[in-house]
Formats: sequence, structure tokens, C-alpha cells
Amino acid sequence: MLCAICAILLCDLYSKDGRRLTYILSQVALVGTLFFTWGVTPDGSATAFGGSFVMDTMSSVLKSWILIVSIGVLLYSRDYVLEREITTGEYYTLALSGVLGMMIMVSSSTMLTLYLGLELLSLSLYAMAALNRKDVRCAEAAMKYFVLGALASGLLLYGISMIYGATGSLVFSEIAAAMAADSSSSAAVFGLAFVVAGIAFKFGAAPFHMWVPDVYDGAPTSVTLYISAAPKMAAFALAIRFLVDGLGTAHDSWQGMLVILALLSIVLGNLIAIAQVSIKRMLAYSTISHVGFILLGVLSGQAEGYSASMFYAITYALTSMAAFGVILVMDRNGVDIHLLTDLRGLFRRNPVYAFVMLIVMVSMAGVPPTVGFYAKFVVLDAVVSVGLIWLAVVAVVFSVVGAFYYLRVIKYMFFDDPIEAQPVLAPIDVSAGLAVNGAALLMLGLFPGWIMAACIAAFS
Amino acid sequence: MKLLYILTPLAPLFGAIACGFFGRKLGRTNSHRVAIAGVAVAFLFSLIALIVQMGDDAKVFNETIYTWMVSGGIKFEVGFLVDRLTVVMMTVVTSVSLMVHIYTIGYMHDDPGYQRFFSYISLFTFAMLMLVMANNFMQLFFGWEAVGLVSYLLIGFWYKKPTAIFANLKAFLVNRVGDFGFLLGIAAVLVYMGSLNYTEVFAAAPAVVGQSMEVIPGVAWSVMTVTCICLFIGAMGKSAQIPLHVWLPDSMEGPTPISALIHAATMVTAGIFMVARMSPLFELSETALSFVLIIGSLTALLMGLIGIVQNDIKRVVAYSTLSQLGYMTVALGASAYGAAIFHLMTHAFFKALLFLAAGSVIIALHHEQDIRKMGGLKKYMPVTYWTSLIGTLALIGFPGFSGFFSKDAIIEAVHHSQITGASFAYVCVLLGVFITAYYSFRMFFLVFHGETRMDDHTRDHCHEPPRVVTVPLILLAIPSVILGAMTIGPMLFGGFFGDAIQVAPEHDVLAELGAGYHGAFQFVLHGFKTPALYLALAGAVAAWFIHLQKPGIATWFAEKFSVVHRILDNKYGFDAFNEKVFAGGARQVADRLWKVGDVKLIDGLMVNGTANGIGLISNIVRTLQTGYLFHYAFAMIVGLLALLSVFIFSA
Repeated sequence: MLCAICAILLCDLYSKDGRRLTYILSQVALVGTLFFTWGVTPDGSATAFGGSFVMDTMSSVLKSWILIVSIGVLLYSRDYVLEREITTGEYYTLALSGVLGMMIMVSSSTMLTLYLGLELLSLSLYAMAALNRKDVRCAEAAMKYFVLGALASGLLLYGISMIYGATGSLVFSEIAAAMAADSSSSAAVFGLAFVVAGIAFKFGAAPFHMWVPDVYDGAPTSVTLYISAAPKMAAFALAIRFLVDGLGTAHDSWQGMLVILALLSIVLGNLIAIAQVSIKRMLAYSTISHVGFILLGVLSGQAEGYSASMFYAITYALTSMAAFGVILVMDRNGVDIHLLTDLRGLFRRNPVYAFVMLIVMVSMAGVPPTVGFYAKFVVLDAVVSVGLIWLAVVAVVFSVVGAFYYLRVIKYMFFDDPIEAQPVLAPIDVSAGLAVNGAALLMLGLFPGWIMAACIAAFS
Repeated sequence: MKLLYILTPLAPLFGAIACGFFGRKLGRTNSHRVAIAGVAVAFLFSLIALIVQMGDDAKVFNETIYTWMVSGGIKFEVGFLVDRLTVVMMTVVTSVSLMVHIYTIGYMHDDPGYQRFFSYISLFTFAMLMLVMANNFMQLFFGWEAVGLVSYLLIGFWYKKPTAIFANLKAFLVNRVGDFGFLLGIAAVLVYMGSLNYTEVFAAAPAVVGQSMEVIPGVAWSVMTVTCICLFIGAMGKSAQIPLHVWLPDSMEGPTPISALIHAATMVTAGIFMVARMSPLFELSETALSFVLIIGSLTALLMGLIGIVQNDIKRVVAYSTLSQLGYMTVALGASAYGAAIFHLMTHAFFKALLFLAAGSVIIALHHEQDIRKMGGLKKYMPVTYWTSLIGTLALIGFPGFSGFFSKDAIIEAVHHSQITGASFAYVCVLLGVFITAYYSFRMFFLVFHGETRMDDHTRDHCHEPPRVVTVPLILLAIPSVILGAMTIGPMLFGGFFGDAIQVAPEHDVLAELGAGYHGAFQFVLHGFKTPALYLALAGAVAAWFIHLQKPGIATWFAEKFSVVHRILDNKYGFDAFNEKVFAGGARQVADRLWKVGDVKLIDGLMVNGTANGIGLISNIVRTLQTGYLFHYAFAMIVGLLALLSVFIFSA
């Protein structure tokens, strides 16, 4: 499976003559890998590379969704990157290596492989953020992202070294065994704080979120789309591997840390999003608040909570993908969509996209029967079941606050007159993709069991 | 079979979606084709289901299709329970719906909201099927609310007409009262029987008998009685029983096809169906049964009386519907659930027929609904005339027509019943027979016989409507005649419903009747020995004498007994009472609350205060995002320190 992706990556590098070809090859690579993933799923769990690479239910479910989401992402961004004359070959190559990194993260069973995958993903993202070399804001965002990312990686590595020092192993299962024997090891818990900080940065959780709005806003929209979707699932895997597989016994310690992160993310994300006038920045802050919800499920420290978070991460990736997909489609005339008001009258210009965006917004606000409601519901259920009712109440209150800016988008789309009258058009495959994506958000809300069953299976 | 049952409600839903969202693209003709095809498929499948369930070794289908969520041990599911009770309802709903769909092509021909209308009635068919096929309270409630919603939308279909908007608001509000009771009933079921699934609830119900609850401290009520009465209050709203009946006559503001489908044949009978479905619960509380019986008999009698003084053709039929719903409720109260469903079925056909015939008259006279301005229409519209005659005869219970069997069965059942209130109910239903015959023939004679009273222009244009209108009339006339004779044996006395309906042995009046039953023909002969038939004939003759022979009598009566006339004309003052006490009182209280609570407290302090507060905080907090790299890094370090502090404090 890895070989397949590597081989096609190499092919990609040398086939820059036709941009279409690169796109098609990338898609073939993703679809092929997807089938590989389904094909080689073992019954229990299997390991490779001397025990540093593990395949279990969680990894195969997450990998499948990472691949599916990436296929959609590349589909939506194809025309954008072609039109903007962003170095196309690089975009696909970096995207694919990012996907490779995510897959390694998801499947890693030692801290070393995990870090390796993380860096592969991060380096791809840094480079992608800087793809639009002509744009000053883009370069600035990439620079900030890189510096802060380096700092976060440093923190993470420092944490890893502390844990290694305390437990004498890099393998998660051995760390867990060592921690079970001596759970009061203060060096390990000290390292844990650094690890959590690193994870929080990758998630974009407050107060490690500062890069998120700048990068979302500054990077080309296609890159924003990429960053906002699949890496959230990878970050979820990162958290689960480290905190649950490795340091599960130190739950008491990291629960408190995650409470702070989740609370700050939900409160700050929703509050600041209200004041935004740029749609990408608004979505960036909304991402921060959603990350808070994902962390809520993790911090419950129970299998139900983990599966709830996993469901949340997967469905959030789908939702976010649809949101940026619509923005990408609207960006067609060489002018980026910046302001929320640019969405005005979308319903008149293209009712299908307006409806997709409507579902996305309603889902993000957490209104039934969309999937966002169910995702929030299961996460909150997990939080309540461990007795943290006050936390659930705060989360609910702030998601009500958040409903304001989601509904505002709907108002702009449906009730305001368009500034420009020409209809928004897109190739048929992109339209179909968006329509399926929107319908999926609705159907998964009605029938969440389709994904939820897999999420529950991953932690049982 | 499972697939078939799933597809049955989904087919009309598909039609509704197609017409609703893509109606403009499809165009008129394609829209009605899609909608009719969807309902026709549902009808076909219902027929198959009916045939399968009629088989001797038929098994009851009871399966959960999908579990939406599990919360605190309560399952929220979608599931179907298909037994003989269900298939009868499915067949009635889909067949009447199909007729109405076809009829609509003619009736709504010039209406700008053509596709919207088809979308609504298909959606209604879907919701109604979900309601009758449910195997749990959750889905029942979903269907219940969904049919209510569509009913609301359709009453106000002509949304530019102020009376229609008033009527749909009224229907909505009155149904809220009923639904509130219903919801309380479901909640009681959940609390005391621990499940929402029918089978589990019915199994748990006998254990609840004898338990009591204290809603008002110190006053103990039987749980079973409270639960059943709450559920029945839901049925009172939907099936328009006194005092929650006020919305049904006003609902006639909607287009006639929906008056036939929703407000006569199907939706209003949902309450009857629900009580029949809950028979294992109601059988456990005699108090609740008496309550049902008395409400039903009051409705049957009092609403019939109002029908006498109405002059709007549709309102006469509407009051007759109310009175017939009263009959069904009486049957439920007397534990003759089979008779109730039997009357529901025959009534669905002949009442739909009467409504559609009224609609046909209305089209012919260019939307004139006042029967004082009609008369002598027999020679202009023969098909409508003969089908109306059949419908009227079926309604008054003329021997041999379907209404005769069902109504006589109910009267006999009440006669045999022993529970409290049965003798009162018996008097009411007998008087009701006379009144039914009187108002039905009064309308019939005023519309079709006597001299023509419309203006010349209308008379010249008066002719039989197109075939899409007359064919459904004829198709509905057939079951109105023969259905009763065909099905009375198996349905009432043959144990047709099996376990779907459970009756305690001491209440089983139908079994008593069944002992003396020797075929449909004998039943007709027996009818000649009962007072009901002669009362009906007397009513018809009285109508003939008063309105055709000596038209002065009615006016004389109205003047002489002006008090009675006024009471009837004001519908016993229910509307005025509701408007003054409930609506007026609520408005005053609301006004106070609005001025003090809303404007000052909520709007001023809480809503605007919070919004402004959040906006302010939001603007302050966003300045944290300075754009300087070192600020960001600083924030990260602070965050790290915060995390470390957790470590320190927790260690």
C-alpha cells in the first residue's frame, strides 16, 4: 500500500508535461490506495516494519475517510489551481505526500513513526501554504505557520524525549505497560504536558490556534480546503495514539489539560467568529470551536467518547470540505472570495450550491436532522456520562452563540440580493461531488449508524 | 415483503419531493403524473399487503427497520407493524388518496399552485401511511404531527384568503391542545411502561393496572385511566370531538379535494385508528372507556343538530363528518373497535364521495357554495346527482347500503353495552339517526330538486364537469353501495383483526351481536325490526315535506323557536367562548407579558444585552489576533504553562 503511493508519487514527479495527467494520476493513486486499504484489512490487528506500523480497525476506518476526503478535495480544487496558475504539479505531489504522512500517523504504533508521519504532513502543509509565491499575504501566512509549527514540533519532541526517558520505550504498548507499573512518574507527566501542547497545535486548539486564521485566510483557498479537512482526522489519530494507546493510565492528568483546551477553543472560536467579516477567517474560527468539540469526546476517557469524537472528526471533515468546496466554485473569475457579503444572493445565482451551503451551515450549527446535530449530541452525551455536566452546558451555550454567524451566512445567501447577477457554474463532476457531499451530510444525520457503527467498532 | 412495506410509504414521498422541489421544471402534466404514479404504487402495494394479510396463515409483520438513536435506554426507532388493522387502513388511505389525486386534476385545473397542491397531498399520503404502519409511539407521533402539518398547509392553501389563514391558524391551535394531551399520554406510557414499542408496552400494561399517581398531591389517580384519557385527548383533537371540534368546520376553507381526503376520509380518523390500536390499553380502564363513550355520543348528536341550520354545502357535509366521527368514537367507547374501524372504512368512501360530489357542484356553479342559491341541479348534472344520492343513502344508513351495516352495528353494540353511560349514548345515537337523515336530505333536496335559484348566467354555464371529476365519483360510489354487505361478516364477527384488537371478555359486545348474526341479508331483515331504520326514514320524509312541499315551515320554525335556532346557528357558542375566553384572555395576558417581560426584561436586558455583550467581547477578543509572530509564540508558551500548571496541581 505504501509502496503503491510512493511509486505513483515518483511517477507524478516526472510527468509534469500535462497537468491533467497529474490530476488523473493523483486521483487514480488515491482510489487505488483506497481499494488497497479495504482489501488488506485484517480481522484483528497486524503490525509491520518491526512493530512500528499497525493496522487495526481505527486505522483502516480513518484511512478510508482520509482518502475519500482527499479525493473530494482534489476534485474541488482542480479548476482553481489550474486557473490560478499555481504550480500544479507541486500541489498534487505535496497533497499526496501529505496524505501519505497522515496515513503513517494513523497507523503508527511507536512515537517515532508517529512523529515521522506528522512531520511529513506538516512539511507538505508548510509548502502548500506558500504555493502562491506571488502573494505577499500567502508568504507571510506560510512563514508564520512554519515558525510556529517548528516550535510546536520542538515541544512535541521534547515531550517525547521526556516520556522516553521516563519509560524507556518508544512503543506505545510498552509505554502503557510502564506507566501502568508506575503511574506517578512525574517526568512522564511533565512530558505529557508538552505532548499535549504539540497535539493542540496540530489540531489548532486554543490557545495554540493563532496560526489557524492567518493560514486559512492567507493560503490559496484550495490549500485551505486541504488543511481544513483530512488533517483533522489525522490529528484525532495523533491524540488517540499518544493519549489513549500510550498514556491511557495518565488519564487524570491529561483530562484536565484537555478540559482547558476544549473550553478555550469553544469559547474563543465561537466568540471571535462573530466579529469576522472574511468568510475564510470565520470558518477558521469555527474550525477552532469544532476542534473543541472533538477534544470534548477525547477527554471523557471512555470508548464511547472516543468513538463519538471520531465520528465528529470524520463528519466535520466532510462538512468543512463542502463549505470550502462551494467557496472554491464561487471563486471562478480570478478574484478570491473574501468577505461574507460576497455570498449574497447565492441562491439566485445557483440554488444547488446555496442548498449545499445551507446544509453545511445548519450542520455546523448543530441543528437536526443534519449530521452536525448528531455528532454534537454523541460527544455531549459522552461528556455528560463522565459527570462533566458544566462543561457540556458551556459547550451548548456557546454553540448557540455560534449559530448566529452560521445563520447570518444563510441570510446572505437566501434573502439578500446578489451583487453580481451572473450564475455560478462549475463542471458537472464538481457539481455532482458537491451535491453528493451535501446530501451525505443530511443522510448521515438521519442515518448516523452508517459511520457510527464503524467508529464504535474501532474502540471495542 | 419487508421491502414492499418500506416502499409503500416511500413511493408517495418520492412523488411529493418531485412535485415540491422540481415541480416548476416538471411542468403541470408531469407533476401530476409523478404524484399519481407514486400513490398508485402505494395503492397497489397496499392491495398486495391486504391480500397477503388476508391469507389464513398470514404472519403479522413487526420489525424495526432502523434505530435512529438510543438515549438513556429509550430507543428511537423507525419500524413497521403490519397486521390486518394496518392493511385495512392502508388500503382505505391509498385508495381514497388515489381517487382524490385524479379528481384534483379537474378541480385545481386553473390554480397557480397546482404542483404545490400535488406535492402536499402526496406528502400527506406518506405521513398517513407512516402513522398507520408505525410499530412504536415515536413514529406514531411523527406521523401524527406530519399529517397535522400538511393539514395546516392545505387549509391555508389559498394563502391570500384571510378566512383560510384564520381557519388554518385555528386548526393549528386547537390541534396543539390535543397534541399536548397526546404527548402527555405518550410520556405516561414511557414512564410507567418503560418502552415506546407497541408490543413491549402492551405486554407491560397489565402490570400497571392498580398503580396510581398523584398529579395533584393528595389526589390519587389510576395511572391507566390518566394515560388513556391523555391519549384520547390527542384523538379528540385530531378526530374533532367536542370540545376540540371547532377547527373542522372552518377547515372547509381549503380546496374541496383535501376536505374529502384529509378532513373526512383519512386524517380525522387517525384518532379513531389510534384508539383502536391502543385497545389493549383502553380495555384496562373502564373509566376511560366511559369518557370516550360520552364524548362520542355528545359529538354525534350535537354536531348533527348544527348541520340542520347550515347553508354552506361544504359545511353541512363537514358537520355530518363530525357527527359520524362521534359514532365511531361511541363504538370505541363501547369496546366495539371492529365496528368503529368498519364504520371508519365505509364512511371514508361515502363521505369522500359526498365531498367530491359537493366539489363537483361547486365547480359547475363557479365556486358558489350557498345551497340557498342552488336547486334543480338534477337535470344539469345527472352523474353528480345519482352518485350524491348513493352517498346520501349510504350516510343515512338505508338498508343494503354500506353505511347501514356499519351504523346499525354501532347502534346495536351500544345497545348491548353495559358500561357507564351506555344508555345515554344509545339515546343519542338513535336521535342522531333521525337528524342525519334530515340534514342529509335537506341538503340533497335543496341542491338537486325544487326550483333553480341561481342567476341566469350561472345556470347557462352549468354542466357536468370533465371526466377526471366524474370517474372518481363513480369509482367511489361502488364501494359506498356494496362494501358494507361484503365485509360485515368477516370484519365484525369473523375475528378478522386477530390479535390486533384486544377486547376484555366482559366488554365484548360484538361477540354478543355475533351470536345472533346469520349473514348480511339477515342483518338487513333485522334492521327492519329496529327503531333506527324508521327514524332514518322519518328524517328523510320530514326533509322532503319541510323543504320541498311546504318551504314555509322552516322559516316559521326559525321564527317561532328563534332561541333554538340562534343557539344552533352560533354552534352552541363554542367559537365565541374560545375567542373571548381563551383567545382574548391569552391575548391580554400575552400583552402584559410582552410589555413587561418581553420588551423590558428579555429584549432589553437579555437578548439585546447578551447580543451586545457578546459582540463587544468578540470585538475585544479579536484584537488578540495581532498578526505578530512573537505574540502568537507568546500565547503558545502561556498555554503550555497553563497545561503544566494542571500537571502541578493534579500531582
